[in-house]
Amino acid sequence: MRIADLVTASFLMLLGAIVVFDASRLGVGWSTDGPKSGFFPFWLGVLLIAACAVILVQAARRAGLAPFVTRAQAGPVLKVLWPAVALVVLTQWLGLYVSAGLYAGFYMRWIGRHSWLAVLALAILFPLATFFIFEKWFLVPMPKGPLEAWLGQ
Amino acid sequence: MGIENLLLGFHVAITPYNLFVAVVGITLGTIIGVLPGLGGANGVAILLPLTFTMPPTSAIILLTSLYWGALFGGAITSVLFNIPGEPWSVATTFDGYPLARQGLGGQALTAAFTSSFVGAFFSIVLITFFAPLLAEIALKFGPPEFFAIQLLTFSSFVGLGGGSPLKSLVSILLGFILAAVGLDIVTGQLRMTFGLVDLMKGFDFIIAVIGLFGIGEILLSVEEGLSFRSARTGMNLRVVLDTWRILPRYARTFVRGSFIGFWMGFKPGGATPASFMSYAFAKRFSKHPERFGHGELEGVVAPETAAHAAGVAAMLPMLTLGIPGSPTAAVMLGGLIIWGLQPGPLLFKERPEFVWGLIASMYTGNILGVLMVLAFVPFFAAILRIPFAILTPVIVVVCAVGSYAVHSNMIDIWYMVIFGLVGYVFKKLDYPLAPLVLALVLGDLAENALRQSLIMSQGSLAIFVTRPIAGAITAVALLFFALPVLTPWWRRLRGAVVPAQGAS
Repeated sequence: MRIADLVTASFLMLLGAIVVFDASRLGVGWSTDGPKSGFFPFWLGVLLIAACAVILVQAARRAGLAPFVTRAQAGPVLKVLWPAVALVVLTQWLGLYVSAGLYAGFYMRWIGRHSWLAVLALAILFPLATFFIFEKWFLVPMPKGPLEAWLGQ
Repeated sequence: MGIENLLLGFHVAITPYNLFVAVVGITLGTIIGVLPGLGGANGVAILLPLTFTMPPTSAIILLTSLYWGALFGGAITSVLFNIPGEPWSVATTFDGYPLARQGLGGQALTAAFTSSFVGAFFSIVLITFFAPLLAEIALKFGPPEFFAIQLLTFSSFVGLGGGSPLKSLVSILLGFILAAVGLDIVTGQLRMTFGLVDLMKGFDFIIAVIGLFGIGEILLSVEEGLSFRSARTGMNLRVVLDTWRILPRYARTFVRGSFIGFWMGFKPGGATPASFMSYAFAKRFSKHPERFGHGELEGVVAPETAAHAAGVAAMLPMLTLGIPGSPTAAVMLGGLIIWGLQPGPLLFKERPEFVWGLIASMYTGNILGVLMVLAFVPFFAAILRIPFAILTPVIVVVCAVGSYAVHSNMIDIWYMVIFGLVGYVFKKLDYPLAPLVLALVLGDLAENALRQSLIMSQGSLAIFVTRPIAGAITAVALLFFALPVLTPWWRRLRGAVVPAQGAS
């Protein structure tokens, strides 16, 4: 927990430094008609660096033994995270509907060990329902891929 | 002045279409409140893009109804599954779950819903009368006053939010920084884009909310190991009527909870402390404090009344000042801007049918809501029996759809994943997420108020102190900011004095 705290605070300090750097490029002072573009971000960045510095010192002084995540916790978290990332990658190539079907079906079979029939039913019905609700009813277009192009959508 | 405006509002709220919208909103909201990983704030965020084509009044009715539904849904999971869907439902689990385990789940739920309704109704009545007055006062506010109120909003997160004050401050700063990315509308310059086209549009609060609260919450809940041990609902008309016969005994608890809730609620982040405070008071004034925690009905009534009174009261500053009191209200405020409405006191003058339609819909929405949840509890509780392996991908896909729908931009789904990770890490390290979201929504408004104030004063910060109203608000804000430093110092001082007196 202590290391995670230190890393996060350091990262945020770096972010603060980038903000301050960009703000000074834009000008932090007073122009003819008011504060320049960099004025507000500059002070946000300065305060962020200062607050994180204190957090760093406080965290460094504390003896934290509890780990950020235990091995037993990290497993389930990664099992949710990487399929979700895979969904986003797939969406770029195959469109949302096909990816959502593949993703939901895979997850159901892998984690839940549901029967193939149930997996197939969800993998087909869920994207279809999403399609009709969002695309047809609310007229919000979703990313599409080769399958939709082939179907002429 | 109040009554005919309210009648005008009911005229808007009680059209078949708007009532239908309210029913849809409450149903979706209750489902969202029951599901782990989806709460009021990101439910509203996901649905927001779908409302762009609706008339603004119907759109806000849909979103507020969703919010009421989510509040009711939180009570269902707290009582039946011992899972608080929202932080302010935590106190409800103390006595709600023991009651459900004793087979009195129906009683506990009836008490919870009825208390929610009473608390909410109390706040709505107060809003009906106070909102126009507050808006009238706020009409005289200039940029310095608005900036001072922003300062007050964020100072209360730091000073009264609990947890680490420095980490609250970091969350606020991060929200403002994210809000500043992109085009500066005043000077037309690009800020913090570093030549990247994707950064030019900036970060949308909707995607931040979906990632931080949606994806982050799922990651957290799988880490804790989701296990639903459901108690039986045991809900039927007889139980409802029998419980209603008992409830008047707790009249004092209802009144106390409502006042605590309203008072805490119009300040940001107030619902959670309000629910705990109301529970603590009920326990202290009870004749049987030892029964609390083992299934005392009053222990359900107290936090639920306060939480809902607070949840509704959060709408008051959003409507009158354009400052949201909770993350969900912040998302709604973002919605107002997208629908082309300028949030703030002028709204009462320029769009009375919108404001009063919304206020009237709070009455209809809560009446419909309490009847619907009472009638359909078993259906909503059944949602949690859907296997986890089906629920998770469905929630993730719905979040992705909601993120993409905002700008039809693939990069937004990536931002959602990144915000999800940030939300997970921040939650574990005790960085609060609510101030980040509020700062992200209010960023441009706050910066403009600051700039205009400084232009008025030729660059002198004294303008926030010398104007009477702004000065008073700034003073309170500074006090809140200083509170985390002052409190230990004050305690040490008192701690040093008391033994000294004892020695002499």
